[in-house]
Amino acid sequence: MTAKQLALVIDLNVCVGCHACVTSCKEWNDAGSAGPLTDQNPYGKDPTGTFFNRVQTFEVGEFPDTETVHFPKSCLHCEDPPCVPVCPTGASYKRAEDGIVLVDYDKCIGCKYCAWACPYGAREIDEGEKVMKKCTLCVDRIYDELLPPQDRQPACVMACPTNARLFGDVHDPESAVSKAIRERGGYALMPEWETKPANHYLPRRKNEFKE
Amino acid sequence: MKPAWSVILLTTLIGTGQGLFLVAFSIYTFGFPPEAFVFLACGISLLLLAAGLFASFFHLGRPERAWRAASQWRTSWLSREVIVLPAFMGFVFLFACLGSFWIGAIAAILCLALFVCTGMIYACLKFLQEWSSPLTLVNFFLLGLASGVTLAVPLAALAWPQAAGQLALGAFFAGAAAWLARCAALVRNALLRPKSTAATAIGIKHPRIVQKAQGFMGGSFNTREFFHGRPRLVLRLVRWSFLLLVFPVPGWLLGWGGGSLAVLAAAFALQFAGLLAERWYFFAEARHPQNIYYQSAS
Repeated sequence: MTAKQLALVIDLNVCVGCHACVTSCKEWNDAGSAGPLTDQNPYGKDPTGTFFNRVQTFEVGEFPDTETVHFPKSCLHCEDPPCVPVCPTGASYKRAEDGIVLVDYDKCIGCKYCAWACPYGAREIDEGEKVMKKCTLCVDRIYDELLPPQDRQPACVMACPTNARLFGDVHDPESAVSKAIRERGGYALMPEWETKPANHYLPRRKNEFKE
Repeated sequence: MKPAWSVILLTTLIGTGQGLFLVAFSIYTFGFPPEAFVFLACGISLLLLAAGLFASFFHLGRPERAWRAASQWRTSWLSREVIVLPAFMGFVFLFACLGSFWIGAIAAILCLALFVCTGMIYACLKFLQEWSSPLTLVNFFLLGLASGVTLAVPLAALAWPQAAGQLALGAFFAGAAAWLARCAALVRNALLRPKSTAATAIGIKHPRIVQKAQGFMGGSFNTREFFHGRPRLVLRLVRWSFLLLVFPVPGWLLGWGGGSLAVLAAAFALQFAGLLAERWYFFAEARHPQNIYYQSAS
């Protein structure tokens, strides 16, 4: 277990599915140290490309009792990441100092084995660069001392208009993310595989109106 | 999963090469084969191993960096395979040249280790429930062995005719064993219940969860790499074709085909076609849990 574990906590109760986190992530990481994040056929009939973050939408329940759930999905920076030990070159690694799971793009051979070993489908091969790419938690932003302190956060967190994305150290019990997980029932995805995702999700809540 | 031809060719070609070497080495140890037969079998085995290794490069995005794949042998079965395959090839070459029992024995150990490495690459992924079973290793071993023995029969017809009958008998039983073990895996996989559901994938405990959007409409790596994209009928046809071609057809040709070189060669060719179909199906039948996130886009 790493001393510090940076992670995102995503509040499904307030996510409105606007995709601002998706475009902001793409914009930053296309030009940042993880870039370029290539697209194929971006203006053609079947556009496709590499993204670190996607927002999906699910409908829960039976009509008319349905709820629409917008579900942002990116690398969960697992505490026990199954994608890391399978990598034959050591390109895929988990940082000891802050628990971020990263890919060394200069060592990756593009064998895709790590993507097979991720139950969440968090990794995407960059068809232009021919190496595996994934969320870096904006590692090139969050430690950049040239940025004002309030901007040293992942691009997706900065962009979210409803504050559905919290960022912090989930190993620090006093951090805002730890409190949110503790007090609002934060949970991990697919706990059955014991990957111990660092990212957590906050469940939807029933809103009560007091008269 | 989407079957990748580079990996299908890698695993089937080296499996046959390994099986053929095991036949050559055990005959060398327990029988009195002519040198020509051992040399021929080892030569063909090396050709198959080299062809498999060559095919594997087409799986890589950056083949020029392939040498780096030997570095993580402490944790990665893929890395172990990358080390063991060339080492095994080297010892097969030495064995073919020098004919020493001890060199052959080292090659045989490396051969078995290679079967374990190749099988474990798939069997170690616990959430790919179709692969996460000892049967994966058993099948890679038995199917490789069976195809190796079947290939040894026409080679014996060329270089050691008096042994061809006994080898055909061996090929018959090796094929039958491989077929039975593969059937066992098919039954096991048909009874599997996926541990991951839409409820565990998004963490909402409700029996009815329907995806409405994936976050894109033009497809992505996730929709291309993990879905075979073929109708169920194709899967069924592939399954029946390999169930016929892996054993019953070549077994019949070996036992009741008359024993001419053409028939023996056809038995191997048909079985190998069956192995390609089997390996295609092996990938296609594995349901990756990430697919839960890519069910529909409306």
